[in-house]
Amino acid sequence: MSDRSQTRVLDEAGGFRAMTAVMGIMLFLTVLATALGLGTLGAARTLDRQLAGRLTVQVVDGDPAARDRAAARVTELLRRHPDVLRVDLVDRAELQRLIEPWLGASASSGALPVPALIDVDLRREDAAPRVADVVRRAASNARVDRHEEWMSPVSRFMDLLTALAAALVALMAAATLAVVVLAVRSGLEAHRGTIEVMHMLGSTDVQVARLFQRRIALDALLGGGVGGLAALAIVWLLGRQLGALGSELLGGATLGRGEWTALAAVPLLFILLATLAARRAVLADLKRTL
Amino acid sequence: MTNIVQFENVGLRYGAGEETLTDVSFQLGAGSFHFLTGASGAGKTSLLKLLYLAQRPSRGVIRLFGEDTVTLPRARLPGFRRRIGVVFQDFRLVPHLSAWDNIALPLRVAGVVEADLEQPVREMLAWVGLAERAHARPATLSGGEQQRVAIARAVIARPELLVADEPTGNVDPDMAERLLHLFDSLNRLGTTIVIATHDLHLLSRVPHAQLMRLDRGRLHDPTGALRYPPKAAE
Repeated sequence: MSDRSQTRVLDEAGGFRAMTAVMGIMLFLTVLATALGLGTLGAARTLDRQLAGRLTVQVVDGDPAARDRAAARVTELLRRHPDVLRVDLVDRAELQRLIEPWLGASASSGALPVPALIDVDLRREDAAPRVADVVRRAASNARVDRHEEWMSPVSRFMDLLTALAAALVALMAAATLAVVVLAVRSGLEAHRGTIEVMHMLGSTDVQVARLFQRRIALDALLGGGVGGLAALAIVWLLGRQLGALGSELLGGATLGRGEWTALAAVPLLFILLATLAARRAVLADLKRTL
Repeated sequence: MTNIVQFENVGLRYGAGEETLTDVSFQLGAGSFHFLTGASGAGKTSLLKLLYLAQRPSRGVIRLFGEDTVTLPRARLPGFRRRIGVVFQDFRLVPHLSAWDNIALPLRVAGVVEADLEQPVREMLAWVGLAERAHARPATLSGGEQQRVAIARAVIARPELLVADEPTGNVDPDMAERLLHLFDSLNRLGTTIVIATHDLHLLSRVPHAQLMRLDRGRLHDPTGALRYPPKAAE
């Protein structure tokens, strides 16, 4: 049948109009969930990139001179190590300035045994245990902290958020499919008489299915378009605010071009999914009739 | 004359009840005209349903256009249905479509483009006297007008077989005469016509029509011409 007639054979039943609103809400929530997933995934990756292969060596000694000698020895050793990319012996003055807010002026007096700190960037993430061994052999009172170890709860939390967002998206997709199937079934019941007439006039199942899939696609396009655009606008505003915070961790949650493309594809995928679900539901139902 | 319809010992039973149709056998030649009569509940509508493929028989063989339609795959039914025009007793017009769109429906289903619909639909509307009511929806039409729309819809695609269930039941005698004339014209163009009716006066209006009479699900054949296999072959 032609497009003109397709738009009119099914009437403007209320169920279909409600579908537009439902599709809009579903897509709004799905785009937000997808954005959350992509954001946390990006932040987790940024965190991993920043933390993996980074160590801090603490050289602790009650004798400041012995401590400084050990720190210098370790620093020199690390500089020559093939797995080490960068070594930075934290400046004492800088260190004292950092701890002064907590320990007061006594921090700079030399009365407290403040350790020497050495920041280390590794060429390879898996080199950390080898480098730690080298450090401990050079200075038995040295302690090696792997950044990824103390940040791993944060990293795990980010991974959990990502998985949660992915599950939300999957649930929303499943709920949308269920809504589409229910709407189609209700539409089939409401239009049973018209469908019977269409069949008696020689309509194929595919022709009837097209009527429904077209209607669902229009609802998804209209509702999903509004819901999707609203969600994208919110994500954009949140991204701007996150960017303005200047946080290294939260900055990783802002979306790049790839993530925006994926996000923009969500409404299109939704429309496609809803249309296919409608078609399948109609064909399955009609198969039971003569 | 080629047989367009053949029934062989056809029985129809709904659920576990008694047979609605029992051992129905007949044949209809291409271009023939038949009235199907019988009391209410005799099985007329059931027989028509078998003819327009809305129902499969419980037993027996039905051949339409030379093919066994009992075992016909579902996917092939639409092709057969497009060769059959149906006037339902309750009209079954699509309620939210105008008279024009209801009449155009079979052509649209058959894939006729919009540009080619205008002329046949307008002609058909004029023919059933509803040119002025083209854009009226069924709910705003009288019973007789709805019946005429249903008839126009059934014949617009020039079916090879036209099946009508009480097609003149809701129209005045003048309109009934005009509709019969339409059926007769179609018949003269080669369409096989089967009309179920209570109105025995109609029978005299089409002298060449044959009579099929159903009585409690069994077909009585007063002329003997409808019997299958034909008498000569027995």
